Order: sequence, then structure tokens, then C-alpha cells
Amino acid sequence: MSTLTKTEGETAPTGPESFLSVSDLRVRFSTEDGIVKAVDGLSFDVARGRTLGIVGESGSGKSVTNLTVLGLHNPKNTTVEGEIVLDGKELVTATEKEMEKLRGNKVAMIFQDPLTALSPYYTVGRQIAEPFMKHTGASKKEARARAIEMLTKVGIPQPKSRVDDYPHQFSGGMRQRAMIAMALVCDPDLLIADEPTTALDVTVQAQILDLLKDLQQEFGSAIVFITHDLGVISEMADDLLVMYAGRAVERGSTAEVLRRPRHPYTWGLLSSMPRLGGSIDQALTPIPGTPPSLLNPPSGCPFHPRCAFTGEVPGDRCSTERPPLGEGRAAACHLTAEQKQTFFIDKIQPRLR
Amino acid sequence: MSDKLTLPAQQGSSTASAETLLKVEGLTKHFPIYGGFPIKRRVGAVQAVDDVDLTVGAGESVGLVGESGCGKSTTGRLITRLLEPTAGKIEYAGQDISHASRRQLASVRSEIQMIFQDPYSSLNPRQTVGTIIKSPMEVNGINPAGGRDKRVRELLELVGLNPEHFNRFPHEFSGGQRQRIGVARALALNPKLIVADEPVSALDVSIQAQVVNLLQKVQQELGIAFLFIAHDLAVVRHFSKRVAVMYLGRVVEVGDRDSIYARPRHPYTHALLSAVPEVSMVDEPEERERIRLAGDVPSPIMPPSGCRFRTRCWKAQDKCASEVPPLVRIDGNRDGHLTACHFPEEPTIAAREEDIVLDPALAALEGPDKG
Repeated sequence: MSTLTKTEGETAPTGPESFLSVSDLRVRFSTEDGIVKAVDGLSFDVARGRTLGIVGESGSGKSVTNLTVLGLHNPKNTTVEGEIVLDGKELVTATEKEMEKLRGNKVAMIFQDPLTALSPYYTVGRQIAEPFMKHTGASKKEARARAIEMLTKVGIPQPKSRVDDYPHQFSGGMRQRAMIAMALVCDPDLLIADEPTTALDVTVQAQILDLLKDLQQEFGSAIVFITHDLGVISEMADDLLVMYAGRAVERGSTAEVLRRPRHPYTWGLLSSMPRLGGSIDQALTPIPGTPPSLLNPPSGCPFHPRCAFTGEVPGDRCSTERPPLGEGRAAACHLTAEQKQTFFIDKIQPRLR
Repeated sequence: MSDKLTLPAQQGSSTASAETLLKVEGLTKHFPIYGGFPIKRRVGAVQAVDDVDLTVGAGESVGLVGESGCGKSTTGRLITRLLEPTAGKIEYAGQDISHASRRQLASVRSEIQMIFQDPYSSLNPRQTVGTIIKSPMEVNGINPAGGRDKRVRELLELVGLNPEHFNRFPHEFSGGQRQRIGVARALALNPKLIVADEPVSALDVSIQAQVVNLLQKVQQELGIAFLFIAHDLAVVRHFSKRVAVMYLGRVVEVGDRDSIYARPRHPYTHALLSAVPEVSMVDEPEERERIRLAGDVPSPIMPPSGCRFRTRCWKAQDKCASEVPPLVRIDGNRDGHLTACHFPEEPTIAAREEDIVLDPALAALEGPDKG
């Protein structure tokens, strides 16, 4: 049951150039234990040819957001509120038939685990050809030729014979390549990549990431790239959205967010992560505590129980008042802009050496 | 197929002060594959670990990195003797334990402990935390002063858990807290060596640092030697003084942290380091070399002859196929920095004039103008 209600709250500008525009999205699951507020008032935009990175820990709602964009949530126990506009078309209220026309055609998805996302029953070639036949009405023969072409493009050796292989005959990296081929077969305008390299080894990951970047240049599609790995995001994304407990806490261009972060959670992520170029003597500074349960998220700012800077905000605003996320480059935090800057320079930056 | 050119004495030389706690020589583990009908017979073997030499000094932290299937976990399990080695020698504190029986191992087992990757499956869900941490003491008949329960509470406090949680069950804890329970269990017997097999890879980024810091504290304050097995190069760099890089069952390069991360010689180490995505936090980050290998790691059932990396190496020549490169100190390496390569790379990770892109799809897409 999807219901659409107009709610106040921050809304992102729906410029003519933004191809996907999500505004004030709220997704709730009803479970035995209660209602899980998986996504709570999320807004973002993606323009054509741009890559939006969504970074967050497990359970921060990053995957749910994108399953909702594709309408892949279970309608029986999920409530979706807000607006998802794809190329001028509203998706929250769209019927299943309309969504079917979009999936694999205008919007495609690359999943984390290629072994479970590919069907073991059908050959790789058939799985790549299927969306092409469905959406373009191509014949079997044409679709097969297209599948071979796509396999060549993503770098599968001997594509003419491998097209008849089953997924289990492919290695992990090749399966992920096959999935990319499947996603790109209809030349989608939007590609959602949900942790596409998390299951892969680091050398294979580097190949796949570069492949995605190069293919994006060729196809010009917009990419929403979901990951928990800040290093991967740093290499892939133009713009960055940091999520915590189902909400966006910081937004901006990737370079800005990673080099001059403004939210204490982003500070925490950056200083808790060992880097190859970092100083070895600098101890890691973990974020205390654990991510909150979305059954009962903390009041006010969801990060306040783990935040070291709540004392700097007058009164108990952090625990009572939810900080809004402004437009453009912004962080959802009650600290003043000045405080954010001085704290980052004085207390955080020295730890990032 | 192994020429024993390696001089294990060299390995420890950079940390000459520390006495050798664990010495592994020519360690090999082949898992047999059976097939055929009607009589099943051995048709091959997964050569998981092949001729690995490794030393761990007392109180030293050694990292073991490599991609999945390179045999790093198997090596850890062989060292803890959870697996029986096919060949080779494991010497712990001067005692050969490579084929020791259960009874002979009893005294050693309490000194070598293990921390597992998955904190969800490595703790018995039916036992309370107290029972879990206590059982190693019960098995080994250890009665610490003040009783076992008191010791358990001390351990819980040491790993940063509330001692009052003694009677709780594992499901009441989060992933990071469970991993702390695993650490407390490993510490229960005052071990001298802890084999930590991917101890943080199942945890969230913000929790990872908590556990890494805890392990570091334990290592430094209690003087426990660590064999830290992980695929995350940055975590290993942070934790280990000495690092061994494995590829397809063999150690290809070993050395102190700085040698491996700043002055690598083996092409695989170069490729591995260049593949790690790095957060650029400064406006003009240093240019790193870019190496993109082609394909995946070959199967360990039929590993390539000679140097196992040769099928994906850009420098491979005929010699690489015919001769196994010995793990030795090559010209220009520091003491204790050993590399198994016939044609080593320059000891730098700075950007090259031309990127090395072996992946056919990438090379095609990037065209000649981009290298």
C-alpha cells in the first residue's frame, strides 16, 4: 500500500537538469517488533551524467531508498511517502505496469552479490538478452548479438562462447561484469549500483570501478552509487550524501565533503578509518557506541547519543530538535557554521594526518 | 618444486632483539579432491598453501594480506593446528608442532589462541557470555586466583564490556561487542600468540576502529604476538609492524611495514596497493601509480607453473614460467625485506609515466590517448 501525502519539510530543488529527484522520502516497514523508520525525510537530486554517492553504515537506509526508487519494496508491509520524480514522472504513485516499463529500460540496478542476483537456471546470455527483448521488442537473434556485444564491452574473454555459459561457470569478477552488461543492455539513463564491489577482491574491485566510470562516460547515464566504503566513494562520486539512521546528515560535492566535512558523524567516519597514506602513529578515533535501532530512533538529531559535540550546542536542542539539512552544500547539525569550521580545523584535521 | 633458497634467519633480522616465537618453514596444505565413479579416487588437490615460510617474534605483530583464496586463512588454521599440514614444519617456541598429537598439543593450545571473523557464528548462542569466556579455563583446568568468575569479569572490563553483562547471551550484544567477547575469550588463557583471522571485516566502519584499537591495546600492553590476517591493506598497515603478502598459496613478499607499503618490489604488491581506493582528503593528493590487472586469480587446483603471478603480470617472461622465484632479499631491499620475483619493480609507489592497464575492456574504453 503506497500512499502519497504532501508533507512539509525540506524539499530539494527540482531543476530541469536533475534527472532523478527524491524529495522528503519516508519509508516505513511494519514488523512484528513495531514500525521501522528505514528512511525518514530524505531528499536528493541526480543530474544526467553525474554520479551521486550515498555512503552510510549498515542499516542507515541507503539500500532501502534505492529499492524504493525502483519500486522493489514489499508493498504489503511498506509505507512510502514523499515524492520520487524520474525524468518528470512521479514514481511513488506509479502502477506496477508503469514501473515494469521503467525497470531495466530507463533505470537499471547492479546488486551487491552477483551470485544471488543472477539466476542459476538461465545462461548469462539469455539473462542479458531478456530485458533487451522485452523493452525494445528485438528478436532472439538480435538480442543474442546484443548480449555478445555487451559482454565484449565489459571485458569478458571469448564472449561468443561465454554467452552460453551459466553464472556458476563465471568467476566473481566476471559475474559482476555480466551484471553490469545486463544493467546497461538497454542503455539506461539511471544506473543504481548498490555496493557493486563489496563482494569482490580489491584488484578486481579496481577493475570494475574503472569500468563503470569509463562506461558512464560512454553511455552518459546518471549513477547512484551506494557503498559503505569512503575510499570507493572518493574515487567514484561527483556528489556525496552521507546517511545516518535513515536520514541524510551531510551533502555536497565529494571533494568538499571529504576534505572539509561539516557533520560530526562524517568527522567520526573519517577519523575512524585507517588509510594507506595516513600516519601510523596516529591512533584511530572510533565513534563511541553503536548505530541506533530504527525501531526507536533517538529524538532530535539521531546522532546525538554518539556525538562528542552536543555540549557545544546551547540547551538540549540536540536531543529535542531535529536539525534540518539545508539545500546544496549542507550538514544537518545544530553547530554554527563557524563552530563547524573551527572544530574541524582544531580537533579533527590533526587526527587525519 | 621448492628450491630452498630462503634463509629464514633473514626474516627475523629486522627485529633481531625479539626472540622467535613461531617459525614456519615450507608449510604446505593440499586439500584432496575426490571424483570418479564407481570408485572415488583422488583426482587432484586444491593447493591452498604451498611452501610458506614465516616467522613471528615474541610480542610482534605480523600482518598477512592477500585476496580471497590466497591461503591466508588456511595458513592461520595450520598454525593453530586446526588443520594438519601436508608438508612443512611449524615450530612454536622451539617445539615442533607440525604433526603433534592432541595430547602433545594440549600445553601449546592454551598459548596459541584464535579470533574469528564472524562474531555471529563463532559464539555459541546457547551459552552466556560468562560461560563462553570461562570454558577455555575449564578445558585447560586453570584456576586463577580469586576464581574463574572473577577472571571473566576482569576480562570483560579489559575488553571494554560491562562486567555485569556476565549472564547475558550473545544475541543481546551488537556485532562490535560480540567481537569483544571473542577477544576476551582469546585472552582468557594468557596466550602468547593470537591468530586473528579477519577480526574486523564483518564490522561497520565506525565499529572497526573500536576493535582495532582494542587489539592494539591488548597487543602492546600484554605483549602478545599477533598474526593478523586480513584483506584490508589499510587495517593491516595500521596494526602490523611486519607484513607478508600472499598470492595463490605463496608468500610473494615479506618485510617491515614501510618496505611493503612504501618500497614494494613485487609486481603483485604494487598492483594490490594501487588498487586500494583511497579517500583524498587534501586538495592536491599525491599521484599514485595506477595498475589494473586483467581477470581474476587463477584456480589453486591448477596453479600456474613457476611464479604463480605470471599469468597476470606485465613483466612475465619465459623464466617466470619455468622457475619458481625464491623468496630472497634482492638488491636494493632493506634487511628483512624479501621478495619472490625474477624481475622486481622499482621500490616506489609514485605515479608512473604510463598507467599499466591490462584489463582488455578498460584498455579498449580508455583508448590509446589515455594509456
